[in-house]
Amino acid sequence: MKTIVVGCGKIGTTVLASLIAEGHDAVAIDNAPQVISDITNIYDAIGVCGSGTDCEILSDAGVESADLFIAVTGSDEVNMLSCFIANQMGARHTVARIRNPEYNEGNLEFLRGRLGLSMVINPERTVARQLFNVLKLPTAAQVETFSGRHVEMVELKLKQDSALDGVKLSELRKKFPYKFLVCAVQRDDTVTVPDGGFVLRSGDKIGLTAPPSEVVKLLRGLNILQKQSRSVMILGAGTTSYYLSKLLLSEGFSVKIVEKDAHRCRIIAENLPEAVVIHGDGAQRELLLEEGLPRMDAFVALTGMDEENILVSYFAASRKVPKVIAKINRNEFSSVAEQLGLETLVSPLKTVSNVIVRYARALESSKDSSVESLYRIFDGKAEVLEFTVGDDCELMNIPLRELKLKPNTLIGGIIRGSTSIIPSGNDAVCAGDKVIVLTAGHRVNALSEIVQ
Amino acid sequence: MNRRMILNTVGKMILWEGVFLLLPAVVALIYREACLLPILLTAAFALLTGGGLSWFCKPKDSVIYAREGFMIVSLSWGILSVIGAFPFWLSGEIPSYVDALFEIVSGFTTTGASILPDVEAMSRGLLFWRSFTHWIGGMGILVFVMAVLPNVSERSIHILRAEVPGPVVGKLVPRMKDTAKILYLIYFVMTGVQILLLLAGGMPAFDAVLHAFGTAGTGGFGIKADSLGGYSPYLQWVIAVFMLLFGVNFNLYYLILIRRFRAALKSREFWTYLAIIAAATAVITVNLHGASGAWGESLRHAFFQVSSIITTTGYSTVDFNLWPALSKGILLVLMVIGGCAGSTAGGLKVSRVVLIGKQIRRELQKLLHPRSVKSIHFEGRPVDEHTLTGVSSYLSVYLFSFGIVFLMICWEPFGFETNFSAVMACFNNVGPGFSAVGPLANYAAYSDFSKLVLSFAMLLGRLEIFPLIIFLSPSTWMRKKV
Repeated sequence: MKTIVVGCGKIGTTVLASLIAEGHDAVAIDNAPQVISDITNIYDAIGVCGSGTDCEILSDAGVESADLFIAVTGSDEVNMLSCFIANQMGARHTVARIRNPEYNEGNLEFLRGRLGLSMVINPERTVARQLFNVLKLPTAAQVETFSGRHVEMVELKLKQDSALDGVKLSELRKKFPYKFLVCAVQRDDTVTVPDGGFVLRSGDKIGLTAPPSEVVKLLRGLNILQKQSRSVMILGAGTTSYYLSKLLLSEGFSVKIVEKDAHRCRIIAENLPEAVVIHGDGAQRELLLEEGLPRMDAFVALTGMDEENILVSYFAASRKVPKVIAKINRNEFSSVAEQLGLETLVSPLKTVSNVIVRYARALESSKDSSVESLYRIFDGKAEVLEFTVGDDCELMNIPLRELKLKPNTLIGGIIRGSTSIIPSGNDAVCAGDKVIVLTAGHRVNALSEIVQ
Repeated sequence: MNRRMILNTVGKMILWEGVFLLLPAVVALIYREACLLPILLTAAFALLTGGGLSWFCKPKDSVIYAREGFMIVSLSWGILSVIGAFPFWLSGEIPSYVDALFEIVSGFTTTGASILPDVEAMSRGLLFWRSFTHWIGGMGILVFVMAVLPNVSERSIHILRAEVPGPVVGKLVPRMKDTAKILYLIYFVMTGVQILLLLAGGMPAFDAVLHAFGTAGTGGFGIKADSLGGYSPYLQWVIAVFMLLFGVNFNLYYLILIRRFRAALKSREFWTYLAIIAAATAVITVNLHGASGAWGESLRHAFFQVSSIITTTGYSTVDFNLWPALSKGILLVLMVIGGCAGSTAGGLKVSRVVLIGKQIRRELQKLLHPRSVKSIHFEGRPVDEHTLTGVSSYLSVYLFSFGIVFLMICWEPFGFETNFSAVMACFNNVGPGFSAVGPLANYAAYSDFSKLVLSFAMLLGRLEIFPLIIFLSPSTWMRKKV
């Protein structure tokens, strides 16, 4: 597929890299010559230096024959205009990053229709949604949701004295007769899709699929369920904080936001009258303690500075705050943060790259199925995809036990209407189902590709 | 430095040279010549060493940076030349190894300077190999390998940049591999068309193929003692026009291929190139007409020679060494200018000359209006200062290297004109110079030392100096120094 990316900042570069890794042809457009020369040095892409709203530049980049046009400059307006022009010039699908709440509330659909946008990406809102899911289930390191929220994929890290240490998966199923399936296990650096004989160890990171209610039952059964966070302290009052606070407040959480910049404090206080907004430097220990950090259920660091996010989160964890989450803006720092013991990290870059890859695969996917959602888990070593089964899928109505799946591939869940099935060998896929597939080590575009 | 990756890639290059050597082997087989055995031995050697090197040096990670790119290109060209010379030497047709090396470097760098006293006595298999090196050397060996290798490293642009001539190297399409494929496709088709046109003019098939190789790579190895003087005017016109075409930036052909004719016609470099050719042809025609001969013949010889020299091919239809001083002077200037960037030609490249001219004009304006601000435009776009500095520093390093090479051979007892034009012809990958190294003479009389120096000069010219300088500078090789 021919793709064009306008704006090559952190997000743009990530998008470009994931498109190229997916095997697409990519053209990068950016104003700064230095950025373009860096990009063409590192990635197998063409760079065009110029404005993304200049018809001539767009034409140079070959917008007339582009299949996917993605505008992710720092300015929402430039992105919208750029996509509009591209759309008029013949680009098949246009995607714009629009993150200002002004556009995202209410008139987004109107804008989308009028501008001919195929998709809007809003990394801040997506990240906020992801944070919200985790805050609702604090035991988990990550929570990914699928269509209609009937099935969730929950990532857990098995602690030192975990009850699961040394337990065989088949025994686990017998002991806890709930609807769940352990889909993937990360031990050290390798990810495996386990079978019944697999023995868990403490220190493993496991991914399991289950309906949300069953997850709670299982965690309670294992006696590791943390109570839901009710009070959350957020560091930084950026766009992500705004979206997250809004979600939290609507579900009755109490939210306290700490922000250095007085102007930003005022804006967020105007928009979120129910939140407690503190004007002060969040890196100051005294301030955090005075505002009752140790009594909080959760602490979320969302400033633009990774160093600050990581260090302050580390401080909060040392003060025994039950759930600590740090936002990592640059991928370089995430391994450092993990070494420090921060379990839950969110990265806007990874989120955006997931969204783009999902969209690109959905464009490519064949008639038999279409990609609904895609998550990369365990540092990108495994992928979870949700497919909608089309009318002429070859896998239909064959019991799963008779399908010869590729190695390290697993069907983790089937959503049929409003019921969720955690599949066993007797279940089969039907038309209209949504099927959750987990793969490690290879790329899947369509449901039919999971069999040998 | 990622040594394993460098060795692995160089190994693959050697492997491919072994594959290429099978072609002249087939030719030798067809004509039942004795050179078959040496060619096959070399091919086997190349396949074994290349295969072994790339097999045992599996890189841990395939990331390459600018430094690795320069190293890969310099090493590959050096080693391929060293191995490529074996068939000449082993067969005894060129008894001295230094001579054989000079000949093959001249082939790969598309220079076309020869040490053969009697080219017509060579066996056909070896003549084929000699001309075939022009063809692969012209577009670039590594570019070819990139087109055929299944997985190309992400940062392979560094290799392209080190091998493809010109101030700014861009890709035609997003993927490196596809770019390399398109370049070779255009190259292949144009060569094919030329062969057909030559065949149509009654040239024997073997001659047609070899001359097309020499034209496409802008090399210029002839297979007759008088180069192209003995062929019909039609054949000379065909070759003259094709030399001109191969001196054009290949991006233009790609634009024509995707039907963006207007963009192709807008190229400033192309028009400047044509203008230089037209002006030089006109002056030389008048000059030759005054000296002797009819208009038509003067025009043909003038155009052929201008086209041959500006594209740094080096074919000749007459002994231009006997031409009037004005015509020879013009040819000497054309040697320096060279063809367009991104073509198979050598020399400074027209785009660099244009940019230098514009910079000079800007400097003059700065002297008159010290506070004036002016950006330089080329091909409808402002040129960034980085590129301009690159062009000026290339000119300086070009002059310096030229001076050093000239100093190293100026003691040879052939007179100033011969020595100077020899360095000029080798450094710019032209081939023939004037006087004792004129189109009908050869480089055999030079000492072994001078032949090695001139071979190095040819490599400098083909790879545009910097890769080799970086390769030779000690800091590249030291492990600890940053």
